[in-house]
Amino acid sequence: MQMMKEILENSIYFGFFITIGAYLIGLFLKKKLKLAIFNPLMIAMLIVIGILFLTGVDYDSYQRGGQFVSGLLTPATVCLAIPLYKQLHLLRKHFVAVAVGITCGVITSALCIFFLCQIFKMGHEHYVTLLPKSITTAIGMGVSEEAGGIVTLTVMSIIITGITGNMCAQGLCKLAGITHPVAKGLAIGTSAHALGTAKALELGEVEGAMSSLSIAVAGIMTVAVVPMVAGWI
Amino acid sequence: MKKVKEISLILGVTWIGDLLNQLLPLPIPAGVYGLFLMLALLCTGMVKLADVEGTGNFLLDNMSPMFIPAGAGLIRYLDEIKAVGGIYLLINVISTVIVFLVTGRVAQFVMGQTEKRSKVSQCK
Repeated sequence: MQMMKEILENSIYFGFFITIGAYLIGLFLKKKLKLAIFNPLMIAMLIVIGILFLTGVDYDSYQRGGQFVSGLLTPATVCLAIPLYKQLHLLRKHFVAVAVGITCGVITSALCIFFLCQIFKMGHEHYVTLLPKSITTAIGMGVSEEAGGIVTLTVMSIIITGITGNMCAQGLCKLAGITHPVAKGLAIGTSAHALGTAKALELGEVEGAMSSLSIAVAGIMTVAVVPMVAGWI
Repeated sequence: MKKVKEISLILGVTWIGDLLNQLLPLPIPAGVYGLFLMLALLCTGMVKLADVEGTGNFLLDNMSPMFIPAGAGLIRYLDEIKAVGGIYLLINVISTVIVFLVTGRVAQFVMGQTEKRSKVSQCK
């Protein structure tokens, strides 16, 4: 058992392969079962966690291979400029809706966290940990640290938020009658950052472009809003 | 050759984004700097859409699996998850759904209003 663990940890392709392989299984299950709960991304995360748990391989060893996949995230974020550039005319046309929508989203996020923390009697530390949970990890970690939050829990919250948005986007749009692709994109990007945007890109180019824009705008707005509301609890 | 050019352009902009992230004292990640830089390059015509689109779309179409390692990283926080995981899950899911609905409905409402107004002005 110990030998197997060492053999697995010694190859960077182990982490690389199980990441892609787990996603392939996720896609396969989604296709077979056709249920929204079988989100391929979430299935893949659970499979990888399961494999690490069973083999005893520690996360850092896994990540030596996993980084070949996760490392593409920054160049992919840069490429979000492509759908945005192609849909720039929509941004000009709907500028007011975009600005008002994202602003309301950012304020709602802060208010929601405030009231939920009141209801569940969470202290200041947890309150500021949760405030940046709707924005992209790289910004959120900094905001949380600056406000005195627990960074690991912020990262956990950002991931949970992203998965929620990714899984529920289509259902929520249908439920609430959000039909305009611009509104869909703004809702996804503002509530669930880049992880939601991955879903928005699957829905369509307009959705993807608006969601990409929301990541940047909501992220920067949150940087400004958090210090203003951090003293509330 | 074409692919190599595409990949170089994207990685070059990503690298400059990373430099800006390290040099400027703002809490803005490398990817967001890169996004706006790439947008500026496309808008000014310094980079042509055709020179980044192929590889760019490949990356965008396959963005979901790039989050798997970060998600699997939750395995490092098992103690925290045991302690506060349930309540965090609840707060995160509820607030995400509310933010989603508010943003979407507000944006759609504003677009409806502007469209109505522009129709009225067209009638005049």
